[in-house]
Amino acid sequence: MTTTASPSKPTLSLGPVYYLWDGPKWRDFYFRIADEAPLAHVTIGEAVCSKRLHFIEPHVVEVIERLESAGKQVSLTSLALVTLERESQLVRGLSRDSTHPIEANDLSALQLLTGKPHSIGPLVNVYNGATARLLASRGATSICLPPELPMASVRGIIEETPAVAFEIFAFGRVPLAISARCAHARSKGLIKDNCQFVCAEDPDGLTVETLDRQPFLALNGVQTMSHTCQALIQELPELAVAGASRIRLSPQHCDMLAVARAFDDTIAGRCSTAEGLARLGSAYPGASFSNGFHHGQLGATWLSAKAGTEKEAVQHRP
Amino acid sequence: MELICPAGTPAAFREAVDAGADAVYCGFRDETNARNFPGLNFSREELRTAIAYAKQRKVMTFVAINTFMRAGQETLWHQAVDDAVALGADAVILADFGLMAYTVERHPQQRLHVSVQASASNADAVRFLVEAFAAKRVVLPRTLTIADIARLAKQIDCEIEVFAFGGLCVMAEGRCSLSSYATGKSPNMNGVCSPASHVRYRQDGRELVSELGDYTINRFPAGEAAGYPTLCKGRFDIAEERGYAFEDPVSLDVMDHIDALRAAGVSALKIEGRQRGKAYVAEVVSVMRRALSASVAERPALVARLKALSEGQKTTTGAYEKRWR
Repeated sequence: MTTTASPSKPTLSLGPVYYLWDGPKWRDFYFRIADEAPLAHVTIGEAVCSKRLHFIEPHVVEVIERLESAGKQVSLTSLALVTLERESQLVRGLSRDSTHPIEANDLSALQLLTGKPHSIGPLVNVYNGATARLLASRGATSICLPPELPMASVRGIIEETPAVAFEIFAFGRVPLAISARCAHARSKGLIKDNCQFVCAEDPDGLTVETLDRQPFLALNGVQTMSHTCQALIQELPELAVAGASRIRLSPQHCDMLAVARAFDDTIAGRCSTAEGLARLGSAYPGASFSNGFHHGQLGATWLSAKAGTEKEAVQHRP
Repeated sequence: MELICPAGTPAAFREAVDAGADAVYCGFRDETNARNFPGLNFSREELRTAIAYAKQRKVMTFVAINTFMRAGQETLWHQAVDDAVALGADAVILADFGLMAYTVERHPQQRLHVSVQASASNADAVRFLVEAFAAKRVVLPRTLTIADIARLAKQIDCEIEVFAFGGLCVMAEGRCSLSSYATGKSPNMNGVCSPASHVRYRQDGRELVSELGDYTINRFPAGEAAGYPTLCKGRFDIAEERGYAFEDPVSLDVMDHIDALRAAGVSALKIEGRQRGKAYVAEVVSVMRRALSASVAERPALVARLKALSEGQKTTTGAYEKRWR
């Protein structure tokens, strides 16, 4: 690859907490992020389940104030799956009244935000430049690409859509699916309509193992996530060369400050990618990391950087 | 209500037409459609012949081009739309916004249907697709109750098609990368889910183990019928509980609710099953055709016949009933 001018360094962004954390815990997490984390953008709010909103609602205003006074740019996420009239009303209200930019995570938000500057979340299907350009023509200024996209697609889309800031899902369990049914409630003998908020018992998701006791997936309410934690840290240089503007970290129940600092130091060149990766391991003990999607492999795979560009598949067998 | 029937092969296509389909849907033999399985789907020439056969019998043909264009390979998807239009498709069924924009620009007269893979689950979402791409019909995701559908129908200026019979996605369609996570083959980009190329069965003592890639999807004790390891229909362990974490190996059957769906404002009922053989297609289409026009007294016998055709004989009404959630 020929390199001309050195690429501008991407900034760090924090995605919404996908899990149900209780209100005070959620608030304290963001207070600490506001005070100490090297992040430029923070998206907050509930993306997964409309039933959970009342847990965080009392704290949203103070969290936004704290983040903004620390110089962070704050956006609010829309719901990923909108089926009930109450949910439609929520997205309409958010799109109409919010003084902060909205991150659209379903098609209703795309409609309601048309003509206003907004961002696109990783749960909207943007697989090519034509789609990115269409969304840009309707007001999208930034797009967090779907986590399953391989690097070839990421590079192509960014190249074809210069007007948009692209964000890459670089850390966190991957949101793999969403359903009308709550598998999390079902696993505890309940149904969604009478769930008793049992997903709060698992602030980092509930592990789904195969019958051979191999950890495989994680339940988070109506969302199914990967067991592995996606970690694109070896890939930061190529993402910067490709023109990625932002690197998204998705909150896990771990030391997210240390995660943010590891990414920040790696991007700035204050530590090597190997060291950055080791620091991620300490920040999230017990996590299995994956980066297979980025390399066009199965998502659960980890490919470790070896001697420059050579990479070798190492299947995670926890 | 129209009856929209699946065809994975030219033979199944003719059976569906003869058995009473109002429209048959099918796709090209490549990654542009969400049933990209070996041995299935249509060449351009086969589609030309099929459309001619259907037109003579006043049956419509819908061409599903309902995966998402892979960046850099858009030509494959563009060509599929161009060819479907040139061959006389009555509608193209699309999921990707970029491809919809292309179709509207190049073929403004072409009738555009929104695939279930686009995940339009509410009125504002449908308005987006109608305003941006002049969509004439939307296939609803299997996330809505009949009451939700009735409420939605009143709010939109677009026809509604719903799945009535056959395979059942547990996850919102077009928003699931479980298969991609386990096998590297993506439903959205490659048109496959839990692909046969990654399926393995092995005997372990008295149990038959089904695997997808490196993951055990189920274990069947001697005497239990072994099903195909579709990822979301597998048996897993969660804490101390063992069972079907997402959904049992069931299929969808809402034929008991035909009248409610009609009253809700549904324009078309869709049968899933492009991967099914022609005999199955012929039987399901003909029974459903009769069920649609049967009197209330005649219907139970027909519905019972359909149940017998379902995989494993077990069926669900899925999200159409609230308690499924």
